[in-house]
Amino acid sequence: MLTIDSLTAGYDGGTVLHGLDVEIPLGAVHAVVGHNGAGKTTLIHTVAGLVAASSGRVVVDGGDVTRLPAHRRARAGVGLVPQGRRVFPNLTVQEHLTLAFGRGGRRRDRAAEWTPESVKALLPRLAERAGHRGRQLSGGEQQMLAIARALLGQPRLLLLDEPTEGLAPLLVQDIASLIKRLPERGLTVLLAAPQPTFAASVADRVTILVAGRAAEEFSAETLREKPELAALAMGHAGAGHEIGAGEAAAR
Amino acid sequence: MGALNAHLVPAVDGVAYGLLLYVAAAGLTLLFGIGGVLNIAHGTLFALGGYLAATVSDGSWSSALLGLAVAVVGGTLGGAVLAVGTAPLVERGELPQALLTFGLALVGGDILSTVYGGDEHPVVVPHAVNGTVHFFGHVYPTYRLMFIVIAAVLAVAGTLVLGRTRVGALLRATADDRAMVGAMGYAPWRVHAALCAAAGALAGLAGGLGAPIIGPGPDTADKVLMLSMVVIVLGGPGSVLGAFVAAVAVGEIETLGVSISSDWAPYLLFGMMAAALIVRALRGGLGGVGIAMPGKARA
Repeated sequence: MLTIDSLTAGYDGGTVLHGLDVEIPLGAVHAVVGHNGAGKTTLIHTVAGLVAASSGRVVVDGGDVTRLPAHRRARAGVGLVPQGRRVFPNLTVQEHLTLAFGRGGRRRDRAAEWTPESVKALLPRLAERAGHRGRQLSGGEQQMLAIARALLGQPRLLLLDEPTEGLAPLLVQDIASLIKRLPERGLTVLLAAPQPTFAASVADRVTILVAGRAAEEFSAETLREKPELAALAMGHAGAGHEIGAGEAAAR
Repeated sequence: MGALNAHLVPAVDGVAYGLLLYVAAAGLTLLFGIGGVLNIAHGTLFALGGYLAATVSDGSWSSALLGLAVAVVGGTLGGAVLAVGTAPLVERGELPQALLTFGLALVGGDILSTVYGGDEHPVVVPHAVNGTVHFFGHVYPTYRLMFIVIAAVLAVAGTLVLGRTRVGALLRATADDRAMVGAMGYAPWRVHAALCAAAGALAGLAGGLGAPIIGPGPDTADKVLMLSMVVIVLGGPGSVLGAFVAAVAVGEIETLGVSISSDWAPYLLFGMMAAALIVRALRGGLGGVGIAMPGKARA
């Protein structure tokens, strides 16, 4: 569903991602994990079209979107839940939903699967806060709103950048539960997370990013059984650890 | 009571003039606050609207309406030129766009002076509103009273469109985070083009409506641009309500202030502007002064 092929990208001449390869099948949840500066957000932004790739390809549903601007990628089915939520501080919850649905809900190529009513049923807190502005919401409510906004764009691929950042443990559980249910609605998910344990709890597979390169890729089951492997990969790969050795050790 | 009575007409005039400035500045503040374009050619678009309305007007209602329509179309076309010119510069910050609009203002001003000459062009308003009315023992021009009503309706309509419609929500979202609006599937160039065209239309409409009050003449563009800038600085870029309050305040200073103390009124205007800048700088750093654009992309 999503193919990231030898992707190189960065900012103002500085390269952050170095020939990254990731393959995510339809309906899978794939997590990328790494320390700050490993390239997680750059990867999410490059797939969303907010950062230009200097080489390589991003293929969504068989279509090469590498050179498309962000708005064309959104229309091609890429939804973004950005780091820090980036809800609009001066728009009410209802306005966020109306605006997002106005763009995504009018697609003629398929019936709208998500409506403002259905996302409110999924995230009932939003219905209670419909008249409140983005800046008046708590961190958890802003996260719910950012997810609802992305879903109303009717995505087939959902990009989640550190969705649990700054949230209380109970809310982290809610977000995890929500992410695990998304494939049932036909969504493929690329998740960026700093903590391997959270990633392994919601994803099918986990890629460990170190300095913009895929150091290791594990099945989530492997990481749940041997969580120390992620820390090992994150710690060692940067010091010349042979890529692929972690999975081999697990086997 | 006598002094109050003596200042009644200037006070009402101040409201009319302030509302004219509000209508004139509305397009500029929208484009600056939401689109990040400091349009130095805004006054030229205002003058264009005024000249076009003056050309068409012959004292009949049909010519007055036609004049307004032509002024709006002219302003919209001018906004479209602005959209095409500034589109490639959107990601390069405010200065290149401001320089381009400065160039357009020079070229536009030259064209207007070539076509219309160096004299003021009087606008013939319809006979029914060309006279005066009496209120509280004073005589006041009927057109100005009508203008107050029209401008108030425009102010309410603008506030409703921005605050209650999906288009308004899209514009406010663009002011908050342009890149995120793009990631939702909205083409940034379309928002930019629509904003430029709407700002041009507002400038043209203001020029057409305001032509019987100020201009059109060789100084109109500069005067309107300068006063609109003052309104934006006082009201805050992108704030329709702020622009409204600031415009009425400027209108009162320019009329009631002159009536009360003609020596101090010019200093009062720029004193207010300086005070607003200092207060904002103290409250929110330089960003509060309007140097940091609210619509700037964060990605």
